[in-house]
Amino acid sequence: MPNSTTPLLSIRHLVKHFDISGSLLDQLTLEKGRLRRRRTTVKAVNDVSFEIRRGETLSVVGESGCGKSTLARTVIGLYPPNRGEVVYEDRRIDHLSARQMLPFRRKMQMIFQDPYASLNPRMTVARTLEEPVVFHNPGISAAAAAEKVADVMRQVGVDPKWADRYPHEFSGGQRQRISIARALMVDPEFIVADEPVSALDVSIQAQILNLLMDAQEQRGLTYLFITHDLSVVRHISTRVAVMYLGTLCELAPAASIFSHPRHPYTQALLSAIPRLGEQRSQHIRLKGEVPTPIHLPTGCVFHGRCRYADARCREEVPVATALGPDALVACHRVAEGKL
Amino acid sequence: MTHLLEVENLEVKFALRFGDLTAIDDISFYLDKKEKLGIVGESGAGKSVTGFAIINLLSKPGYIAGGRIRFEGREINRLSAEALRQIRGNRISMIFQDPMMTLNPVLTIGTQMVETVQAHRRIGKAEARELALEKLRKVYIPSPEKRLDQYPHEMSGGMRQRIVIAIALLTDPALIIADEPTTALDVTIQAGIMELLTELCETEAMGLILITHDLAVVSQVTERIAVMYAGRIIETGYTTDIVTHPRHPYTIGLINSLPGTRQAGSRLEQIPGMMPNLTAIPEGCAFHPRCFLAADQCRRHRPELTAVSGGRHWAACHRLDQTLGHNHLHR
Ligand SMILES: Nc1ncnc2c1ncn2[C@@H]1O[C@H](COP(=O)(O)OP(=O)(O)OP(=O)(O)O)[C@@H](O)[C@H]1O
Ligand SMILES: Nc1ncnc2c1ncn2[C@@H]1O[C@H](COP(=O)(O)OP(=O)(O)OP(=O)(O)O)[C@@H](O)[C@H]1O
Ligand code: SF4
Ligand SMILES: [Mg+2]
Ligand SMILES: [Mg+2]
Repeated sequence: MPNSTTPLLSIRHLVKHFDISGSLLDQLTLEKGRLRRRRTTVKAVNDVSFEIRRGETLSVVGESGCGKSTLARTVIGLYPPNRGEVVYEDRRIDHLSARQMLPFRRKMQMIFQDPYASLNPRMTVARTLEEPVVFHNPGISAAAAAEKVADVMRQVGVDPKWADRYPHEFSGGQRQRISIARALMVDPEFIVADEPVSALDVSIQAQILNLLMDAQEQRGLTYLFITHDLSVVRHISTRVAVMYLGTLCELAPAASIFSHPRHPYTQALLSAIPRLGEQRSQHIRLKGEVPTPIHLPTGCVFHGRCRYADARCREEVPVATALGPDALVACHRVAEGKL
Repeated sequence: MTHLLEVENLEVKFALRFGDLTAIDDISFYLDKKEKLGIVGESGAGKSVTGFAIINLLSKPGYIAGGRIRFEGREINRLSAEALRQIRGNRISMIFQDPMMTLNPVLTIGTQMVETVQAHRRIGKAEARELALEKLRKVYIPSPEKRLDQYPHEMSGGMRQRIVIAIALLTDPALIIADEPTTALDVTIQAGIMELLTELCETEAMGLILITHDLAVVSQVTERIAVMYAGRIIETGYTTDIVTHPRHPYTIGLINSLPGTRQAGSRLEQIPGMMPNLTAIPEGCAFHPRCFLAADQCRRHRPELTAVSGGRHWAACHRLDQTLGHNHLHR
């Protein structure tokens, strides 16, 4: 029997690199009089493992370029991983053919930051919403499909009488409701939402977050939620995963990570959140800047900016280690009990 | 006492084919030296247009249709184009969300900084370069000598925004208008930039107008706030007063809809509907279709800013006697 701690989806040692070396000619360089071929790869996601539990909201946070979107897209099968596994319930899905993937494409849906880019401008709302239903249920009657469209539109708070309109006739908030509707049309179990409210004003953001929380409650959905907005994360998450330079630093229940962040990077990140009506707190200043994911630092990817780093941090890669029943931290100093 | 900047009854319109649209409708505020004023509000409220009007950078169909802007005692919307150019980008600098609005991608940082200095002062190249270095140090750019020979694309977004601030400082401005300066940046970098701007106001004796949609950020940086809605200031006063005791239903709604103000996992309070388009601003109080307190008079008469406490906090709402005690933050 599935319960709240059985994983719905697991990723194991996931690696996703992008080769950006260009054509063969671009790759050739002259070194010490000899022609060499050099490849340039962006190491976007490096050996990340965690489980997403049925019914939870697992948020992935971290700063721009740390690999959140790449991770999300690899999980849902938009990118093949270079190494590692994606396991849905008990089935490995990272290497399936398009046909074998079909049932999982129904179970897993994705919502993007920019609903305008993800909705077809030449399709009415009705057609946008019907399309996935008809695709996954070829036998469905036109009347049943139309009824389903109206149902889901009501659920996301868009009046079904607007079904014949086009995306540009809606505001940003309404368009995001429509793209959520499209994801819900096929009754998914698992939704990956990549910055779904980042482009919206706060008052509209609240409407959409409420909608996502309601849909989760009514349908028992599981969310992988990607965002850089830490106040949103604190509000909606069951657990939070923090990434830095393609690596998982820490994963812990939302309440405990915000009250007791353990990894030095998590501590710095959370200390920088501006909070309404609080005096500017002393945020932890990080030295330097995020290195490029083309040349990853040795050892702990964070060592160059960490005020606790020592020789071991510069040489040995820390592995994510269980800390108590429900938390993972990848830091030598924490593992040594010194932090 | 005259203020550094005084804006009185400012009105900005856009001349369009079918007639004029009012984007800024009779707003007034002031700013003193070393003071930081936040202009907050959601997309389309008129924050950027207000900033552009002050620095006289309104683009084509936009024009100042009424009111006065006084800067250092001079009425600047009546000045000749030449006199204005002296003030803009000299005594007043503007910083944008995208540093590339200011930076030229094909010139090194050094070249751009020297050009900026020489456009305003008659000094030699070596001296201008020295000044550039001094400003780069002020914004805590590591190894500034090296940066002078680099191009913008060789730097991170946060570093570029620091360079833009250094360029703004080159002409010793008295006022900086920063329009969403950290919206595109990560929180750890945002915190550093905000700290820098705060420090510079003090050390350089500048005023800062911080334009942003992020209430949490303004609440930590500014002494006073003006909340805009549909082209008007609907609440203004000291930041602490507004954050702890917001009195306009829109401000109350904005604060209550922030995820940080409620118990995690609970439903967020939402303001129904959305900000009206300029072509369809409702009669009476522009907020009335979305307001939980709207009454008959709200639909008919436009409320003016009214003092709500000791002459330091104003809100434009007919039902101020009903608006206490609705915010969740401090209940
Ligand atoms: N298709 C791609 N080809 C090459 N490089 C890519 C590609 N997609 C992402 N990258 C690179 O991989 C790294 C991780 O990018 P990703 O978009 O996953 O970050 P992110 O955490 O989602 O950032 P943001 O918060 O800015 O959305 C970045 O360095 C990015 O430039
Ligand atoms: N050139 C223009 N022509 C016509 N209308 C314009 C023009 N520029 C701005 N507007 C309108 O003026 C209003 C105020 O715009 P403004 O850019 O000041 O908003 P804002 O508060 O800065 O919003 P945001 O948070 O999105 O930057 C908006 O309704 C906008 O559509
Ligand atoms: S492993 Fe070392 S460098 Fe990395 S976060 Fe921990 S203390 Fe800092
Ligand atoms: Mg992303
Ligand atoms: Mg703006």
